[in-house]
Amino acid sequence: MVRKLAGLVATLLATSFVIFAASYAAPGDPVTFLAGGKENLTPEYLAAIRAQYHLDDPFLVQYGRWLGDAVTGDLGRSTQYHDQVSDLMAARLPSTLALVAYASVLFVVFGIALGVLAAVRGGRTDSAVVAGTTFATSVPAFVTATVLISLFGVQLGWFPVMGGGSLWHLTLPAVTLALGALAIISRVTRQSMIEQRELDHVSVARAGGLSERLIVVRHVFRGALGPIVTMCGLVTAGMLAGTVTVETAFGLNGIGSLLVNAINTHDFPVTQAVLLLMVAAYIAVTTAVELLHPLIDPRVRSRA
Amino acid sequence: MLLSVEGLTIEAGGRRPILREVSLSVGRGEIVGLVGESGSGKSTIARSVLRLLPAGARVSGRVAVEGEDVLTMGQGALRDLRASKVSMVYQDPRSSLNPVRRIGDFLTERMVRTLGRPKAEARTRALELLDAVGMRDPGARLRQYPHELSGGMLQRVVIAAALAADPALLLADEATSALDVTTQAETLALLRRVQAERELGMLFITHDLHLAAAFCDRVHVLYAGTVVESRPAKELFADPRHPYTAGLLACTPELGDPRPIRPIPGRPPSLDDAFTGCPFAPRCPEATAACEEEPPRPVAVSGGTAACRLVEA
Repeated sequence: MVRKLAGLVATLLATSFVIFAASYAAPGDPVTFLAGGKENLTPEYLAAIRAQYHLDDPFLVQYGRWLGDAVTGDLGRSTQYHDQVSDLMAARLPSTLALVAYASVLFVVFGIALGVLAAVRGGRTDSAVVAGTTFATSVPAFVTATVLISLFGVQLGWFPVMGGGSLWHLTLPAVTLALGALAIISRVTRQSMIEQRELDHVSVARAGGLSERLIVVRHVFRGALGPIVTMCGLVTAGMLAGTVTVETAFGLNGIGSLLVNAINTHDFPVTQAVLLLMVAAYIAVTTAVELLHPLIDPRVRSRA
Repeated sequence: MLLSVEGLTIEAGGRRPILREVSLSVGRGEIVGLVGESGSGKSTIARSVLRLLPAGARVSGRVAVEGEDVLTMGQGALRDLRASKVSMVYQDPRSSLNPVRRIGDFLTERMVRTLGRPKAEARTRALELLDAVGMRDPGARLRQYPHELSGGMLQRVVIAAALAADPALLLADEATSALDVTTQAETLALLRRVQAERELGMLFITHDLHLAAAFCDRVHVLYAGTVVESRPAKELFADPRHPYTAGLLACTPELGDPRPIRPIPGRPPSLDDAFTGCPFAPRCPEATAACEEEPPRPVAVSGGTAACRLVEA
């Protein structure tokens, strides 16, 4: 447990370094953006700004200062909005989290259902599910978004096309996001179930007179759960960092659009903080999945 | 007759049928051995008693348990047969149990889910059964997972589960082959005890002719999907009539026996080897040209039958 925690901290530390180094190495001098308008570009003023933001310090010193502040919860101020970065993120985070949660529920429920259907029915149902989900996943998110907006938002008028704030608003974005994950989850479910179905203990259960439905529920699906849960966790974690397109397409004020905006305006404190948050969220989700595994498979429990 | 198999032929795509015209019977309280090399079709016979047939198999003949034809009965009757009349014990106990479910689950599943008995009653029954198969502290066992028990213990659990619904017929498919020698002996003793106590009919499948001869009342020797010899165990052991049976007995070493070990030359036929004559002819030390011409018919010998032209002569 201690080793696991130390590992998590080390991962976060390493990624924080990479993130900081990347924004340090990014083209463009932040001073020119910090200075504001062209009329401010006097050498004296630039020097003052450099001193204010400690931009002349060696790289490692800058990193150390940023890290020290970040650990105490001070992520700095946005160079664009001049707000505390943590306040900015707190304002944007709920809508992104709601969006990802909504999408996760959708792809978990439908992905697993389709995968089970394909594995149990086989034949044409199987081919139809594989073809359908592959198609749904291979369409880029911005195309799906456009199609959904024009169909359900504009022509049918069932859903609002812009903005957030309610489940109603989040439905189309969540569907767009979930469609991309459908193929992976249904494919993993299907494959895992087919592997489990071939195991001896399943035919032992069948030889004991258990009905096919109970065999699927109690033995095949139960055994297939491990890889399915892992995949659902990884996809959800990936989504936390991949909401940019969908947020932009549907005009949602989330973390994704905050990040893109921050990168475009060379707002380093915000960029760094958002990236760090995404990494932390990814680590949190994968750790949660890892902690879930002993509950699914008792063999893991006794090994630990 | 408890189990009677008549003229069972199963074809599943190979160049020869998996089983050809197999007939055998098991009475109440009787242990019948089924001996053969791997691929001879012994497991297929056991599985066909539960109608667990290979995918796309063409089946002819009759498999009847207590007079009812297993191959043609409806789904409901089939589930009932699997749940309460015929039980099977498998070679590898470790793969027979779902690794993520508790021992208690495995034992009560059939009683609760298929036969619809109340959970508490099934649990009491499970405890009795574990006690009956000689497991200490049955209450704790119910809460354990398969990986926490040894192979021998698991086989006891599998046997206990097989007895759960008071079956009349037990199919033991290489039930002791994967176990240690000492565990093997314990498991054999256990099988023998429960069989005698409950007057079960048992189909005992093994590749070990010596074991079968010692354990069973009657033995059928199987080769390439056909029964080549079926005799009472003692007679078969003392005086094998089919050259294959004799060969099987000769290729196991025995203490104090000065004769050299003589393995049967060649290899067991696969499903892609088709035969016009006797399937054993290519490996038979006594085969003549006539053996290759037409399949031998079983002829009566002392106590049973042997399918060999040379016995006829």
